[in-house]
Amino acid sequence: MRSPGQLKSSSSELDLDGPNIEDYLPSGSSIQEPLGKLRLRDLLDISPTLTEAAGAIVDDSFTRCFKSNQPEPWNWNIYLFPLWCFGVVFRYFILFPLRVIVLTIGWIIFLSSFIPVHSLLKGHDKLRKKLEVFVANHTSMIDFIILEQMTAFAVIMQKHPGWVGLLQSTILESVGCIWFNRSEAKDREIVARKLRDHVQGTDNNPLLIFPEGTCVNNHYTVMFKKGAFELGCTVCPVAIKYNKIFVDAFWNSRKQSFTMHLLQLMTSWAVVCDVWYLEPQTLRPGETAIEFAERVRDIISVRAGLKKVPWDGYLKYSRPSPKHRERKQQSFAESVLRRLDEK
Amino acid sequence: MGNASSMLTQYDIEEVQQHCNHAFSQQEIVSLYERFCQLDRNNGGFISAEEFLSVPEFAVNPLSQRLLRMVDGLNFKEFVAFLSAFSPHATLHQKIEFIFKVYDSDGNGKVTFTDMLDVLRDLTGTFISEKQREQVLTDVLDEAGYTKDSLMILSDFVKILGNSGLKIEVEVPVD
Repeated sequence: MRSPGQLKSSSSELDLDGPNIEDYLPSGSSIQEPLGKLRLRDLLDISPTLTEAAGAIVDDSFTRCFKSNQPEPWNWNIYLFPLWCFGVVFRYFILFPLRVIVLTIGWIIFLSSFIPVHSLLKGHDKLRKKLEVFVANHTSMIDFIILEQMTAFAVIMQKHPGWVGLLQSTILESVGCIWFNRSEAKDREIVARKLRDHVQGTDNNPLLIFPEGTCVNNHYTVMFKKGAFELGCTVCPVAIKYNKIFVDAFWNSRKQSFTMHLLQLMTSWAVVCDVWYLEPQTLRPGETAIEFAERVRDIISVRAGLKKVPWDGYLKYSRPSPKHRERKQQSFAESVLRRLDEK
Repeated sequence: MGNASSMLTQYDIEEVQQHCNHAFSQQEIVSLYERFCQLDRNNGGFISAEEFLSVPEFAVNPLSQRLLRMVDGLNFKEFVAFLSAFSPHATLHQKIEFIFKVYDSDGNGKVTFTDMLDVLRDLTGTFISEKQREQVLTDVLDEAGYTKDSLMILSDFVKILGNSGLKIEVEVPVD
């Protein structure tokens, strides 16, 4: 005889570390509540699940965030093509060498002053006392350079291999940067502690954090990690939007190395972007860190005209947690058991 | 990183269209090719299971493993043919046939009690006990006139699912 529907409680913690993904997914996901007794065809009819899977294969909101959109080719007729050729020659043989020269001279001047000055002035600047951090959306490593024009930020970055890593360990170390490593599991707690220590330290540079944790293509924002929002200080949102007419500044780390990306930027006409420094925000009473992060993400996305997507940027490097699938399974199981008892 | 459609000739598009029985328009096939190239990151000419699973929306789907078995390693022509059941132009029979193929994991044209139980397990996970699953399945099979040992064939599926207003459709985004 049939026992009344006994639902085994989920052993995994279904409390998500971010906004509810179900709210964002196209709803074909909610299996329409059919009425009446459970029949064979209801069990065999897997069409909603199949439709979702095929929908994800054909187009999905996560991959869209990291797509470098090719600009429309405009050089296809007899008048524009020579113009474009001239542009290429100008960019590669005039602008690019000029920029390389400026860069080299700049480095020489910088290094020759940095090394002596750094050892003399260590610990003599006491600028910031306010307890605040800056957060911004992330498109490319040059975001940091653009914001650095405002004030010397300390930034939190992924340690990179190669010449970038060398730069990071020498020069960036002097502005007080924090390193993290995505591939280490326990890294989060260590980083959270480092962040807290930095913010509370009085003569540290203001901290700039990119809560997305990865580069996104400047049309979307992915989930903001809550780490920056649970430090107990004011958060100043900064929104950055690049003008794609000049160059697409998105660093597609899956497709190009940073060197190639830099080369692409240096042979383009210009890097043009809008930077908005927005109202500082604090944690509202009764608001969780996740809600705070979402609220700030909303502010930044609206200002820069970006669409919000509920995915964690780290899914670029790892699989989604089984919690999401379990949610779907649970809801289907519940509906089956509910209909079992109907007459 | 050139424009994807420049690598697909008109002849290729027509061949693919022929192969999937005109389930998709030529623009949709070009769009699907762009998508195929986007997912096929290492340019192997086919999308591996790993590459499919890198789409989070697909990875969280309860039937992802079963579908992976069907779609892993397909080249572009076969990929479009696989998706043709989801075209609005596909007939109900084609859609039911697709569902049948998802169940029939060994491809011998017969769906067993175990096959159906496996799919039900994928869909419900740990939220129903194994015993209860078997019980539910046996009961509904019973009610429809089958037994635990019945071997279902395609026409059985057509009979069961034929009038249920099956909806399996995806829209291919065309820029």
